[in-house]
Amino acid sequence: MTYQNNITITPQLVADHGLKPDEFDKIVALIGRQPNYTELGIFSAMWNEHCSYKSSKKWLKTLPTSGPRVIQGPGENAGVVDIGDGQAIVFKMESHNHPSFIEPYQGAGTGMGGILRDVFTMGARPVAAMNALRFGSPDHEKTRHLVSGVVAGIGGYGNAFGVPTVGGEVEFDERYNGNILVNAFAAGLADTDKIFYSKAEGVGLPVVYLGAKTGRDGVGGATMASAEFGDDIEEKRPTVQVGDPFTEKRLLEACLELMATGAVIAIQDMGAAGLTCSAVEMGAKGDLGIELNLDMVPVRETAMTPYEMMLSESQERMLMVLHPEKEAEARAVFVKWELDFATVGKTTDDLRFRVMWQGEEVANLPIKELGDEAPEYDRPWMASAPPAPLAAGDVPQMDVADALLKLIGGHQSASRRWVYEQYDTLIQGNSLQRPGGDAGVIRVEGHETKGLAFSSDVTPRYCEADPYEGGKQAVAECWRNLTATGAEPLAATDNLNFGNPERPEIMGQLVGAIKGIGEACLALDFPIVSGNVSLYNETNGRGILPTPTIGGVGLLPDWSQMARIGFAAANQVILLVGAPANRGTHLGQSIYLRDLFGRKDGPAPHVDLAHERRTGDFVRKLIRSGVVTACHDLSDGGLGLGLAEMAVASGIGATVTDLTDQDPILQYFGEDQGRYLVTVNLDPQGDDLAALWKEAESLGIFAPWIGTTGGETLVLGAARPVAVAALKSAHEGWFPSYMDGKAA
Amino acid sequence: MKSAVIVFPGLNRDRDMIAALTKVSGTAPATVWHQDADIPDVDLIVIPGGFSYGDYLRCGAIAARSPIMDKVRAHAARGGKVLGVCNGFQILIEAGLLPGALMRNMSLKFVCREVKLEVVNADTDFTRGYTKGEVFRCPVAHHDGNFFADSDTIARLEGDGRVAFRYAEGTNPNGSINDIAGIFNEQKNVLGLMPHPENLIEAAHGGDDGRALFAGLLGKAA
Repeated sequence: MTYQNNITITPQLVADHGLKPDEFDKIVALIGRQPNYTELGIFSAMWNEHCSYKSSKKWLKTLPTSGPRVIQGPGENAGVVDIGDGQAIVFKMESHNHPSFIEPYQGAGTGMGGILRDVFTMGARPVAAMNALRFGSPDHEKTRHLVSGVVAGIGGYGNAFGVPTVGGEVEFDERYNGNILVNAFAAGLADTDKIFYSKAEGVGLPVVYLGAKTGRDGVGGATMASAEFGDDIEEKRPTVQVGDPFTEKRLLEACLELMATGAVIAIQDMGAAGLTCSAVEMGAKGDLGIELNLDMVPVRETAMTPYEMMLSESQERMLMVLHPEKEAEARAVFVKWELDFATVGKTTDDLRFRVMWQGEEVANLPIKELGDEAPEYDRPWMASAPPAPLAAGDVPQMDVADALLKLIGGHQSASRRWVYEQYDTLIQGNSLQRPGGDAGVIRVEGHETKGLAFSSDVTPRYCEADPYEGGKQAVAECWRNLTATGAEPLAATDNLNFGNPERPEIMGQLVGAIKGIGEACLALDFPIVSGNVSLYNETNGRGILPTPTIGGVGLLPDWSQMARIGFAAANQVILLVGAPANRGTHLGQSIYLRDLFGRKDGPAPHVDLAHERRTGDFVRKLIRSGVVTACHDLSDGGLGLGLAEMAVASGIGATVTDLTDQDPILQYFGEDQGRYLVTVNLDPQGDDLAALWKEAESLGIFAPWIGTTGGETLVLGAARPVAVAALKSAHEGWFPSYMDGKAA
Repeated sequence: MKSAVIVFPGLNRDRDMIAALTKVSGTAPATVWHQDADIPDVDLIVIPGGFSYGDYLRCGAIAARSPIMDKVRAHAARGGKVLGVCNGFQILIEAGLLPGALMRNMSLKFVCREVKLEVVNADTDFTRGYTKGEVFRCPVAHHDGNFFADSDTIARLEGDGRVAFRYAEGTNPNGSINDIAGIFNEQKNVLGLMPHPENLIEAAHGGDDGRALFAGLLGKAA
């Protein structure tokens, strides 16, 4: 086989690799000559947006990433946070948007596979997963197909791998019609003294390839090959990767077994840009060169070229640097699990990334510069003007009971049971709260009382109206959801999904959202420890709604004190903690306006971070004192929907008294931030409740008694009582009926 | 009672099963890797759930042809007890230790939810922790749990008290014929069932309805 490595690099070929002319000039200046074909491929893989963060790096640097519990912030495969007792939680969220749109089952499945690998690469056994999914309008012709394929793909991979899905999001909006979002989160547990990193150490040590064989899948997925290569084009077809959860499960067990032998010096999973990215990262971080011999790479297709091997995105593969004296022991572990184990290279002291193939050197590049010298842009950006406030008195009216039934049975708020019942939510036997509540909760295996809470949040319509407030709100809502279980929020991961950053208004959204996220993380002591940026999410020049998904982790010292959203019993006092004097006031960007009146106007709700912090800390303290019998934070649909969800979760009704001098629509459907519904088992006239109010007042928190639980109906003031059974039937009905082909 | 859990590559509820056996009996079961030459001398062999060999062929078909299954067959032939849960049930059927077939769920989708089980025969070591007719909660999590057998086999299973559990109160999650959730072999020393009693044995699981199966089996008070 002949391989034309030293071809002329034309401007067209450079463009086909997604590199700009000035970026190519930079490459030539860096290496002092024209790159060959393999080298061009390697540069394109390392310098694309996905690997280099070239548009977002400047802004990502502003995020708070450290804290007393943070062991590892961004820059590794996943973030690592101390949870005490010598244990750490290792987590990250990552997008697989484009592949999931092209081939939903495999795209979503391999997204799951990638994020799980990020976690167990660090020595952690995955214990929880979440998925934040955003689809186009329910009435768009492709939506059902995509929902069905993505959900089956996530289930097919995660269920076989054996990790419980504990939470997530599913939303619909026409702005995702041509570009859905599949953001996968995974978290794993590890011992703090047994975390594994990608930084290689030591010269002349074996670089070992583990896991599945290399095929042509994913080659050129990011960097389309040139048509000028005629005969080659068939071989370089971009294909969506195909997932193999059985191999992933074996890879997990084999890696953890191998790590326990003490053989591993450094480890990196082969994700985007496969062998290239993992080898460069391990060498560059350790100030070492890497020499690879591609003849040793296990392949599953014949006649693969060096270019294809270096750019393949075949799944379920790992690269490690091992202690040479333990190589035999390491090999035995992989033989046991029937996985490939091949020494494919060695570390060197010359800081070069050298690739050998059939006795020929097909690439020789400076390893540090490949990663560190990637272009970094300060792209022009433009802040969008926030929408004008709604006119005074602009409160479109609808019967409160009718509105409630429509909202709880609408696409935004209907139960996601159809989705999460396709995921294994209880495997591992530690799931304390499964999807459907404010946050998923698991117990920490091996610990008597400790639990971990997980939540994934963002309100894209708020981010569109006001990226800064929307960014703040995404963090605050995640923090609030964790708090509502009684957990102390520890840290978060961000998955920033935006349109084309080369357009100043889109870049402005990214900048605004990051500013908001940073400010909220700082105010709430909720650092960002890992993340992923997905740009260019747009079709025909129209970007998606800006969607900075926040995945957060919280710690419960004693899960027996944890709160749930369902009303626990009748005759519980319902408090609206964190309420403004008028309970609810803000209708701009609410689902009441959007889904019942087709209006997307008004400003996003403001998040008062100091008030958010005080209120959350107060609610958490109440929960931990044992006085709280149920808790739910308010978000979409406001107070009305919050009460309805608590009733539906338990089958117990409630009666709430109207505030006489405020429009019921604002009271029940306003989406003011920083509010929790809390039920307590206290005498409304008693001293304990008086003391609670006194404390709240001293903290500047308004916590009015708005009603009492009990009965089989939900009574919102003067509105027609609604049977809890009717709410439940509306809530449960929409998703299955929609997926069966009935009207959206 | 001594027990052993067999692990094939791709199984993933082995840890759940080991935890349940350990918590109920106070002793950890022996763990047997599928390539081990022998199974230790135990009273009970358990094949847990998961996706052995990825279930890339018919569920359980590859594991059922593994050499270790000869040892399981010999154990069963000697009257030793065998429990297969979920993929373990599928493996026992593929290995010929139990009759019938487990087809794709009628919904064609994976389903993970809680169902109700009725105890049909409480006169066995597996079910003595329950009473006949008792209905208890139990989770399911599977893609291929739709039990089917020809009418003669069904008549024999029903007539000989070989139906152990039935999905109750309209909670059949997969379309199984006669709502069958678990069955015995002729000698009633082999039980296969789709639901996961091992995931409902303690307060953290939100109930302990599944505990009685292990308690009865391991000779411990429920």
